[in-house]
Amino acid sequence: MYEGPVQDLIDELGRLPGVGPKSAQRIAFHLLAADPADVSRLQEALQRVKEGVMFCEVCGNVSEQNTCRICRDPRREASVVCVVEEPKDVLAIERTREFKGRYHVLGGSLDPMSGIGPDQLRVRELLSRIGQQVNGVDISEVILATDPNTEGEATATYLGRLLREFPGLTVTRLASGLPMGGDLEFADELTLGRALSGRRAV
Amino acid sequence: MSLYRDTGVVLRVQKLGEADRIITMLTRRHGKVRAVAKGVRRMTSRFGARLEPFGHVDVQFYTGRTLDVVTQVQTLDAFGVGLVNDYQRYTAGCAVLETADRLTLEQGEPAFRLYLLVTGALRALAEGSRDASLVLDAFLLRAMSFAGWAPALTECARCGVPGPHPAFNVPAGGSVCPRCRPPGSASPAEETLSLLAALLHGEWSVAEAASAGARREGSGLVAAHLQWHLERQLRSLPLVERRAKPLAAAVDKDNG
Ligand SMILES: [Zn+2]
Ligand SMILES: [Zn+2]
Repeated sequence: MYEGPVQDLIDELGRLPGVGPKSAQRIAFHLLAADPADVSRLQEALQRVKEGVMFCEVCGNVSEQNTCRICRDPRREASVVCVVEEPKDVLAIERTREFKGRYHVLGGSLDPMSGIGPDQLRVRELLSRIGQQVNGVDISEVILATDPNTEGEATATYLGRLLREFPGLTVTRLASGLPMGGDLEFADELTLGRALSGRRAV
Repeated sequence: MSLYRDTGVVLRVQKLGEADRIITMLTRRHGKVRAVAKGVRRMTSRFGARLEPFGHVDVQFYTGRTLDVVTQVQTLDAFGVGLVNDYQRYTAGCAVLETADRLTLEQGEPAFRLYLLVTGALRALAEGSRDASLVLDAFLLRAMSFAGWAPALTECARCGVPGPHPAFNVPAGGSVCPRCRPPGSASPAEETLSLLAALLHGEWSVAEAASAGARREGSGLVAAHLQWHLERQLRSLPLVERRAKPLAAAVDKDNG
């Protein structure tokens, strides 16, 4: 335990996701030794994120305006929507440069034990987007790209059941392959099960 | 460093630091165990997926200073694979896990019967041969009976006079006779109380013949009784999908 403000900072940093007690300490002492100008830039960035960032009213991604950069971009295909859990997943898919469609951010996954059901996520917004034309184009495909874990799989199952009700809509799920460079015998049962059910013709 | 080995069901996982998780498990011999699984959130981790909720695993721990640490995991039953493909069964399974977690307060307190009950319920839900809502209610009734507060169903909760009785009162402890009946008691159908008795005693042929109305009313009584005895509300229970499978459906086409 350190004294006063230093320990307060370590405590606050330690509450951030992915920051363990050791990392919190390391960051705190880095900030303590850092150039005052660097620290005030960080301070301003933190302030701006709470004041200036909003959520896109179409897709739910973080945005500086009412609608985000991707939803405003006429070059992005309006017929394909990729459903993800969090804004950070949009970034991850954008980095692949493989996807030219648009997104829908749910804001999490269906996790009844944490009290998260369909009403706590942006599910209703997704359903109302389908059936609405964008620049004269209908949504014809929804890609379910929720996390490959228990809650993410259950969320994809739930959405798949709802989306089946829309005639002419194609619903796909990200393939979950076996990690490259591994031996089949070491694959866990969940991954192997999904790889089997998602197999394709060769 | 002392090692021990047990089989258990993963009830809950919480993130810890950058790549670790705290796993809460209900084990066969050591009751509830909270342990750290290191590095499991990395995509390259071999036991990450085995330590997901619903996993029934053979696991080795070493005793740590504050929390024990998982060193090896083998899957016995990947119940989650079947459950995540059906949202109703998934929500029912979540209620099973949350109830088991809440009924085992102390770490290390033996809970062998509850462990068998949880694995039995998850197996039935994952296989999908029985109605998920009935499986959940049977689990809840038996779990309450292990905890010592199963609702009285065939006799009066107050004076013990044999029934069946036409009134049910949760604070009084279940069905009540006309003389003991407190004001504000519910008046469930006789069929509902016999459904609950059948679920408690595992008489599936009786339970599966029950009408949709009795099932709905029975689920309501079970939930009210459970919530009355738990300090905090179960978060998953209101989110369980309760639609009953049509009785005549010989082929279950609805897999979603
Ligand atoms: Zn947007
Ligand atoms: Zn009485």
